[in-house]
Amino acid sequence: MAKVTFKIGGVHPDDAKLSRGCAIEVLPLPQTLYVSMAQHLGAPAVPCVAVGDKVKTGQVIAEPGGFISAFVHSPASGTVKSVGPRRDLAGNGVTHIEIAVEGDEWVEGVDLSEALVKEIPQDRTAMLDRIKVCGVVGLGGATFPTHVKLNPPPGSKAECLIINGAECEPYLTSDFRVMLERADEVVVGAAIMRRILGDCPCVIAIEENKPEAVKSVSGAVSALGYEGISVLTLKKKYPQGGEKQLIDAVMRRQVKSGALPISVGAVVQNVTTTLAVYEAVQKNRPLISNVLTVTGDCLPVESQRNFLFRIGMPLNYIAGYAGGVPGDAAKIVSGGPMMGKAVADMDAATVKGSSSILYLSESLTRRKPESACIRCGRCADACPMGLEPFLLNRLRKAGDLSGLEAGSVQDCIECGCCLYSCPANIPLLDHIRMAKGQVMGIIRERAAKARAAAEAVSPKEVTKENK
Amino acid sequence: MDKYLVSPNPHVHAAVSTRSLMRDVVIALLPALAVSVVFYGWKELLVIAVSVASCVCIEYAITRWLLGKPSTTGDLSAVVTGLLLAMNLPSTTPWWVVFIGALVSIGVAKMTFGGLGQNVFNPAITGRVFLLISFPTYMTHWEMPAGLFGADAVSGPTLLGRVNEQGAAAVEGLDCWQTLFVNVGGSAGEISALALLAGFVYLLCRRVVKPWIPLSIFATVALVAGIFHLADPAVYTGPVFNLVTGGLILGACFMATDYVTSPMSTAGGIVYGCGIGLIVTMIRYFGSYPEGVSFAILIMNMAVPLIDRAFHQKKYGRT
Ligand code: SF4
Ligand code: SF4
Repeated sequence: MAKVTFKIGGVHPDDAKLSRGCAIEVLPLPQTLYVSMAQHLGAPAVPCVAVGDKVKTGQVIAEPGGFISAFVHSPASGTVKSVGPRRDLAGNGVTHIEIAVEGDEWVEGVDLSEALVKEIPQDRTAMLDRIKVCGVVGLGGATFPTHVKLNPPPGSKAECLIINGAECEPYLTSDFRVMLERADEVVVGAAIMRRILGDCPCVIAIEENKPEAVKSVSGAVSALGYEGISVLTLKKKYPQGGEKQLIDAVMRRQVKSGALPISVGAVVQNVTTTLAVYEAVQKNRPLISNVLTVTGDCLPVESQRNFLFRIGMPLNYIAGYAGGVPGDAAKIVSGGPMMGKAVADMDAATVKGSSSILYLSESLTRRKPESACIRCGRCADACPMGLEPFLLNRLRKAGDLSGLEAGSVQDCIECGCCLYSCPANIPLLDHIRMAKGQVMGIIRERAAKARAAAEAVSPKEVTKENK
Repeated sequence: MDKYLVSPNPHVHAAVSTRSLMRDVVIALLPALAVSVVFYGWKELLVIAVSVASCVCIEYAITRWLLGKPSTTGDLSAVVTGLLLAMNLPSTTPWWVVFIGALVSIGVAKMTFGGLGQNVFNPAITGRVFLLISFPTYMTHWEMPAGLFGADAVSGPTLLGRVNEQGAAAVEGLDCWQTLFVNVGGSAGEISALALLAGFVYLLCRRVVKPWIPLSIFATVALVAGIFHLADPAVYTGPVFNLVTGGLILGACFMATDYVTSPMSTAGGIVYGCGIGLIVTMIRYFGSYPEGVSFAILIMNMAVPLIDRAFHQKKYGRT
């Protein structure tokens, strides 16, 4: 089949999948785990255990703090030592539950066997509930609660479930290893979500630089024999794994600005999320672990790893287990080199969505001095949202907020393609992100005002009608 | 933790810089420069050397001593301007005229607007047009190639110069395709279309420029010249002649594609290219100057802000 990709923009960074050959290893438990209450998009979870409580692996230790929030479970068995603020990856204080690890004794009712459960349950609501209770969130980056995404609002219908196996970020290989080693479970997970969404077609989309994954997932699809699931090979291009770009690549549809993917009938889930869905629904196993790559350009290939980690493991524990931080690392990133976050504190603990510890060398990552814009247009060619970053930057300098809004700065997905491509090394995204924040603020304010105005008007209308 | 960098994404950068782009343009100009030195000899080499050295020194002097800022000559854009200016001048141009050209190119057209990226007009063309108007005798006196190894130099007007004086009949029977290899009598940049095109292909392969601007210029010139030639072949020269003679290829491939002074969008680039093509043919047919590429590009330079306002990138999900 012809390989597809998204239409607008994109860049081709060196994919540097150095750790692709490293099989997933299980990390042993450390003595202490620090479980963050902000593991997901939305409201932080609320702790439901107290200091001194004994907890078991997989036991709920925090409950959703709102509609968009998620359950959090204990990643090991032991004693709750403290509940309080601790610094996260970015250095911000977030409530963490500290657990003194005593062992790995699981709660009742979890199927810990390796056996594949192929039979898909019929009860949609029960499956959704399992996914919710097991604390499954999107593991591709946004950590949006999965049960919310799998339950489209009334009036909208899923027409295509896209399983995102693009893994377009350079260096990362965790999704790749999952597709290679756990293809069967991923395919069952896809079949479950398909059933939940009303048996819509499902496409598992994988970039062409992972032919082994294409082979293993295709093999699993035909061996398991579910209906309506197909595998699609994509051309390699960053940011293919961006939700909007993937929808364009697979369905040839574009999500309108400000709208949700479901407005064009799309539901996108990452492969590791799909695995988590499988474990939740078929094994009643809560999401307390994920796969992370230890990699980077200054880490020798033989020291690179793919680990199955438990949430709450401090980064320096994992780094230490893998042989320590290489001496020439200039920056440590959690996530990919294009969209990941620079780690401000290696004491910070892993969360559900952690995907890597990436060591980058000075020469690769140090920003070069900025020079004048030469109007080369590379930033605009690279922008997958079709924006004109050079123009947005100029408007920001001039403080022209309405111009920025007309230039759709609010559509920026912060993929970094513009800054990546700029020969003058202008920190375009830094500026655009700030401008986007301002413009979003204005848009929200306007919406709030409009709502208030509508509410002020409607009582009159009611009285009119009553007359 | 202090020893590690903390900065926002992206954490890597493409292997491209202003300097690397300019270096590619210099490389792309090398074949044509080599051909012109072979044909015009050491005089041409002198013009090139004076032009490049003056452009670089003038930019250095202005940034460092006049503006008190760090020098920007490292980005090699002054070298490109110097080369392009030299390629637009006859090999017989005296060194002080070349220097004045460089002064106008860098000092006036580039630096008074704020340096690279801010200038409205293509610096090399501005310098050339200034010389053309100020020193017409030096600028229209072309030497027939004597060559590095040749004997006596013969001088005479260019092909386009002859047409301007005598009409299309003057070049009747000329094998236009011959000029693809060596265009007898012309500036360095006009002498070998093939060498220029080879350099341009290099730029395309390196993705330094996109082909749309030159293609739209060529298409427009061919179309307009085709129509006029059909109407009256005795007065109006044909499309092939117009494509391969004069500075059209140099202008279209290397000067109209200048990032700074051309539109940002592809659609805008096509409009810009068509505009240049139209103006070139009009000047050649009806103007008092035999050649119009420089004027055409300068005129369209002025329209770039307008074109940029009218044409934008296609946005995602906003149609
Ligand atoms: S970061 Fe924003 S502006 Fe820059 S390329 Fe990505 S979407 Fe476009
Ligand atoms: S990539 Fe950089 S230099 Fe080129 S137009 Fe954009 S901002 Fe200007």
